[in-house]
Amino acid sequence: MLDYPTLKLIWWLFIGVLLVGFAIMDGHDMGVGTLLPFLGRNDEERRVIINTVGPHWDGNQVWFITAAGAIFAAWPLIYATAFSGFYWAMLAVLWALFFRPVGFDYRSKINNARWRSTWDWGLFIGGAIPPLIFGVAFGNLLQGVPFHFDQYLIPYYTGSFWALLNPFALLCGVVSSAMLIMHGAIYLAHRTEGAIHQRAAKASGIACAVLLTAFSAAGIWLAMSIPGYVITSIIDPAAAANPLTKTVIKSAGAWLANYDKAPMLIALPALAYVGALLAAVLVKLGRTFAAFWCSGLAILGVIGTAGGSMFPFLMPSSSDPIASLTVWDSVSSHLTLNVMFWATLIFLPLIILYTSWAYRVMAGKVTAAYIRENSHRAY
Amino acid sequence: MGNELLVDLSRLQFAVTAMYHFLFVPLTLGMTWLLVIMESVYVTTGKTIYRDMTQFWGKLFGINFALGVTTGITLEFQFGTNWAYYSHYVGDIFGAPLAIEGLMAFFLESTFIGLFFFGWERISRKQHLLVTILMAIGSNLSALWILIANGWMQNPVGSEFSYETMRMEMTNFTAVVFNPDAQAKFVHTVSAGYVTGAMFVLAISSWYLLQGKNVEFAKKSFRIAAAFGLASACSVIVLGDESGYTVGEAQQTKLAAIEAMWETEPAPAPFNLIAVPNQAELKNDYQLQIPWVMGLIGTRSLDKQIPGIKEIREKNRKRIVNGIEAVNLLDQVRAKPTDPTLKAAFEAKKADLGFGLLLRKYVTRMDQVTPAIIEQAVNDTIPRVTPLFWSFRLMVALGFLILLLFGLAAWYSIKGSFAEKRWLLRSALWFLPAPWIACELGWLVAEYGRQPWTIYGVLPTHLSVSTLTVNSLYASLAGFIGFYTVLLVVEVYLMVRFARQGPGSLGTGRYQDEAAHA
Repeated sequence: MLDYPTLKLIWWLFIGVLLVGFAIMDGHDMGVGTLLPFLGRNDEERRVIINTVGPHWDGNQVWFITAAGAIFAAWPLIYATAFSGFYWAMLAVLWALFFRPVGFDYRSKINNARWRSTWDWGLFIGGAIPPLIFGVAFGNLLQGVPFHFDQYLIPYYTGSFWALLNPFALLCGVVSSAMLIMHGAIYLAHRTEGAIHQRAAKASGIACAVLLTAFSAAGIWLAMSIPGYVITSIIDPAAAANPLTKTVIKSAGAWLANYDKAPMLIALPALAYVGALLAAVLVKLGRTFAAFWCSGLAILGVIGTAGGSMFPFLMPSSSDPIASLTVWDSVSSHLTLNVMFWATLIFLPLIILYTSWAYRVMAGKVTAAYIRENSHRAY
Repeated sequence: MGNELLVDLSRLQFAVTAMYHFLFVPLTLGMTWLLVIMESVYVTTGKTIYRDMTQFWGKLFGINFALGVTTGITLEFQFGTNWAYYSHYVGDIFGAPLAIEGLMAFFLESTFIGLFFFGWERISRKQHLLVTILMAIGSNLSALWILIANGWMQNPVGSEFSYETMRMEMTNFTAVVFNPDAQAKFVHTVSAGYVTGAMFVLAISSWYLLQGKNVEFAKKSFRIAAAFGLASACSVIVLGDESGYTVGEAQQTKLAAIEAMWETEPAPAPFNLIAVPNQAELKNDYQLQIPWVMGLIGTRSLDKQIPGIKEIREKNRKRIVNGIEAVNLLDQVRAKPTDPTLKAAFEAKKADLGFGLLLRKYVTRMDQVTPAIIEQAVNDTIPRVTPLFWSFRLMVALGFLILLLFGLAAWYSIKGSFAEKRWLLRSALWFLPAPWIACELGWLVAEYGRQPWTIYGVLPTHLSVSTLTVNSLYASLAGFIGFYTVLLVVEVYLMVRFARQGPGSLGTGRYQDEAAHA
């Protein structure tokens, strides 16, 4: 069995991998869903767009379900505190996701313009809302959120839903939305031809510009005026998980301290820029497959920047900094982390393997002709 | 303390969303294997009609599956959103099977369902059959892991309370996975799903036969459903009895309440066929008994006694009194975590900590406890008998009627005359809702029967909730009911529409009521 501090670190990386996996896989079909009403000008075009992700969205969504499950198993205090504290934000995500399974499966089963247009907007909601809220959530985590624990570790969240919608958090929401729209647009360009391909390529360029502008603005804002958090007591990484045994202060510029300690971390924000710019160039060159993976690297860069800046913090408390949840003290027991480590190590490669096979089987352009030939079976 | 309304609303929201989710799950569990059977026949015989059967029943399966996915995420989210203290207190054990469910089962099911629908022309017949099989395995594995999690709530093995982290922690993963409660529950629940799938195909096929539509297609579907349904119905009942046996070991309270058994009867105990329970006076106002049966089911012996409610109450009273000390020692050891004497004293008492926590419903400090409050807590340890007694009996009665129906359907399938037995076809149609009702009643017995605990003997329900406002709960409950009502209307509309249209909806040109190109 690996030692406890190592497993705590590995689980920080694993949750990161699951979140990045979610953003790359489910992110592209959410991006496609967001673009659906705008890039598809008639029913046939919209069916083409939907069917680029039709066989895959359900498997992709499992990245999200598994990431949540892994947080439950590996960081139960985060699961408890964040999900209950962000009650209405989480319900908004959940209710937006309601539109996806039914939107995909039911939309084309009835040939009625109003019916289909309703579900198209449903797919838009299911694609656009979750990434926006996740970005807003990260924006709030970077600022710290108001919660504390009582002596039995019952979490109390004292903020309101509306306080989550502050300007910095909304800017982070723009970063996240633009990132997944760019990613979805590139995927769509890869899987379509003709007019839809052109429009998707153009949309990916616009989203890329918005992403890089918003990401830069958020970075400058963070460096200038968002205080970070610092642990001021000595941390024993091998200790049992109890968030109330440390001392923490808020301190200006603390979120940049990790870049001094480990200059290599600068690679993460750099990756966001390089990946996004390369993706934009490759789309212009018609190399959409390579562009998709560069856009994936940009996603890794953006999410990695947020995680790397905050490390070891996961969810700092603005009202009671001692209660802040970190990589060291919001984790499961040694045994559980170990069991889950092996489960992930065994199953994640298998998942990647059969997911790749599924994409290979369905590879190629989705065309209007395909929709006409398969009108009873296609979405 | 003082949050009873919040607790009740949280429970109601979970009950509504969980029972709603389970309208779709059993059909998925059963249909996936029926699709495997139909497609296997297609691959081995090469007869197109079996491919059409796979595709048509697959279409109806897809309409159902969409809502299963939609409503499943709600349940995962809700542990965090509405049961935050539960998530913290037992996440170390309960979270693991949920995460493994995602890694091992959901990915498999959800990736291959895409190829099931869209891969027909792109992979070989055998590859497609493999896809269907993997999808079925995925959905059944997901039932396995969620029932391992649920089995642990009923019988929390392989774990221990830690005062340092203020939560339960896993001590033995294998014990959690091979929990006898979980294993019995798994087989009973998936078999119930198989019955549901078989009833669905049997009833709709019967309807086609009654209408004289798509006769060949309906006959072939009917035969498969009858055989599969008969085997599954036997399995549900035999393994339901197995659940009864394990309940007897781990959760005697639930068993005594299901049976309205107030006194400890001399072995082997009789079975109450009918009773009018009177919980205030701890007796039945009326009862009709069959001698011996309960003792045989509950202990598999003629000489072991099954404790009655009164005996359980007295045991619980002792544990509550012990629990007061455990809670006090917990407070002391958390204040001085390094004191070895306090630690040893707490470890000696901690088995009854959960029973001490039951008192937190009424008091914040243990020195406020009075004998009257202890009496109230003792009353709380027994779930309400009447709804459990009748839910259980109705479930069992439906189970036996379903078995009878599948027995007849299989018998006349073998004789080859089922298509002319209009009474049989009509009964099959009328029985369509029966498996759903039985499934919901089964969950009611399992979960309502575990009250007042979320984790039996460990964590009381009233402590498990998130610290939300009552208004938030009213609003979210209203939202769920609103969304779910609309979704159900849409789902049932589509299901009825495509079931009525039948295999003609495939647009192959081989059936009645062919669809126009859309």
